[in-house]
Amino acid sequence: MSAAHQKQWNNRFVQWVDDRLPVFTILQNDAAEYPTPKNLNYWWNFGSLAGIVLVIMILTGIFLAMYYTPHASMAFERTERIMRDVNYGWLIRYIHMNGATMFFITVYLHLFRGLWYGSYKQPRELLWIIGVIIILAMMATAFMGYVLPWGQMSYWGAKVITMLFSAVPLVGDSIVQWLWGGFNVANPTLNRFFSLHYLLPFVIVALVLVHIVALHTVKSNNPTGVEPQKKEDTIPFHPYYTIKDLWGLGLFLIFFAFFVFFAPNYFGEAINYKPADTMSTPAHIVPEWYFLPFYAILRAIPNKLGGVVAMFLSILILIVIPWLDRSKVRSCKYRPVWKWFVVLFVIDCFILGWVGANPAEAPYTTIGQIGTAYYFGFFIILMPLVGKLEKPKPLPESISAAVDKK
Amino acid sequence: MANADSASGNAGGGGDSRRDFLLWTTSAVGVVGAGLALWPLIDSMNPAKDTLALASIEVDLSPIKEPGQAMTVTWRGKPVFIRHRTEEEIEQARSVDVQNLPDPQSDEERVEKPEWLVMIGICTHLGCIPLGQKQGQPTGDYNGWFCPCHGSHYDEAGRIRKGPAPANLPVPPYAFVDDTTIKIG
Ligand code: HEM
Ligand code: FES
Repeated sequence: MSAAHQKQWNNRFVQWVDDRLPVFTILQNDAAEYPTPKNLNYWWNFGSLAGIVLVIMILTGIFLAMYYTPHASMAFERTERIMRDVNYGWLIRYIHMNGATMFFITVYLHLFRGLWYGSYKQPRELLWIIGVIIILAMMATAFMGYVLPWGQMSYWGAKVITMLFSAVPLVGDSIVQWLWGGFNVANPTLNRFFSLHYLLPFVIVALVLVHIVALHTVKSNNPTGVEPQKKEDTIPFHPYYTIKDLWGLGLFLIFFAFFVFFAPNYFGEAINYKPADTMSTPAHIVPEWYFLPFYAILRAIPNKLGGVVAMFLSILILIVIPWLDRSKVRSCKYRPVWKWFVVLFVIDCFILGWVGANPAEAPYTTIGQIGTAYYFGFFIILMPLVGKLEKPKPLPESISAAVDKK
Repeated sequence: MANADSASGNAGGGGDSRRDFLLWTTSAVGVVGAGLALWPLIDSMNPAKDTLALASIEVDLSPIKEPGQAMTVTWRGKPVFIRHRTEEEIEQARSVDVQNLPDPQSDEERVEKPEWLVMIGICTHLGCIPLGQKQGQPTGDYNGWFCPCHGSHYDEAGRIRKGPAPANLPVPPYAFVDDTTIKIG
């Protein structure tokens, strides 16, 4: 309310608009003058990158949808037509396909940043939880998007994942039929997946805005994990971080473009260029790389319901880590013991991913079980325990004290 | 607003609790109403009438000439395995100790006629189609079917014997119309 009158703008038109709708004041406060810790490193680039990838996904998706047809008898051909006949269709689709991968790369790095620097701790719990919800929404979106081209892996992936819900006691089968809109993954399923695949990204946009409102309420964490105390600890977002984010974007787009132009199918599965065949399962079903660790957890538990529960818990557990971590110190920089467990956790995620990509056979199952045990042990046992027992290194008095020392 | 509230609060405790009561009942009716209004949307996602109408088919078994042969037909978009079993297979399937099976069911309960095994060819784990229908495909450790997705083994009667699948391959409702025709569904 009063914000509209705080700022006097030189330009009368700007002033006129701002008095009625304080867009310029908001931009000024939240994008330009916004005080940001002066010591943010490159790990702080991935949030803005993820946001840009989201915009790229929505843009390319809207143009794909102009040619795509969500019908079981046409989806595959129409997607191939986009690739062969539509002007720049190949480019738009390859950007969208690899964009999903880039989205998960940026978001996983972003999440790891939070884990390493303790960004989930008080007062950023809700900010963190909104992030977890965004990941869940992304997973649902990417899963349903992958079904749309209606190739063999699209179809069987959809089947296996929807069938997870049949593990629910008593009503499992009814839930699955409800999800399918029939007695199998078929045209009704494809239709609704397209509808939801179109919707969910906009839900993600809304969630991202909420994420940013929360961020600008509690402000950024930083590599020391010590809150800014005086004015010298922060710098204005613009031009310092706008330019750093842009520089990061340039590097990132080179990485992105490399895959789009030189290895567009590197992250994909060749068998998805075969039309869906409802009567034959491919010999080896694998999800996209970003689901592999969770797939490994699913298969590590020999009981069907248990596996499904463990898989969902493996993500949901992130919601409660602000309360599982008993350490007062945020940043791993000052946590000499804990940081090694975090490193091990990252290695564990890679191992689980590797197990998930391999068949459920002799050495892999056992490795997957050990990996799963560490995954949950890390959060449930190590996190509270190490937080209590560890003796952290002394924290710097302030950000400036830490940075100026060097 | 705040002033009005505290004024009525001062006027007497009765007013407050009456307002609370009205607030809660109105909210409750609103929530229930919204929930009911959602039901048509939720139910619209269940199988539509025409999808349900495709629910039964007749299958001519005459293409199968001799024991040991099998065919796969589609019913409700799902593969149905039909196998003309050999004497040995039937014997094997009936000689196991039913109580010790993961999903105890005798062979007799799973067939109309011993030589004809009819079941839905969808792994009860996560829905892959098990191998073993065609000559040369793996049949698993129990001489039946093998699901390659996560390694489930089914026996001569389509019962789960080993692997993550929790249940036997389901038998669809079917009946013999005559000696060489069955109606499924
Ligand atoms: C959160 C952002 C999004 C993610 C993570 C995502 C992910 C995906 C993925 C993984 C595929 C399969 C790619 C393939 O193998 O071909 C796909 C396909 C598709 N998506 Fe998206 N998508 C997003 C946003 C959108 C939006 C906003 C639209 C439409 C307005 C859209 C429309 C489509 C269409 C039409 C296809 C099918 C054509 C194709 O397979 O390339 N997507 N999406
Ligand atoms: S789907 Fe058959 S074993 Fe998992």
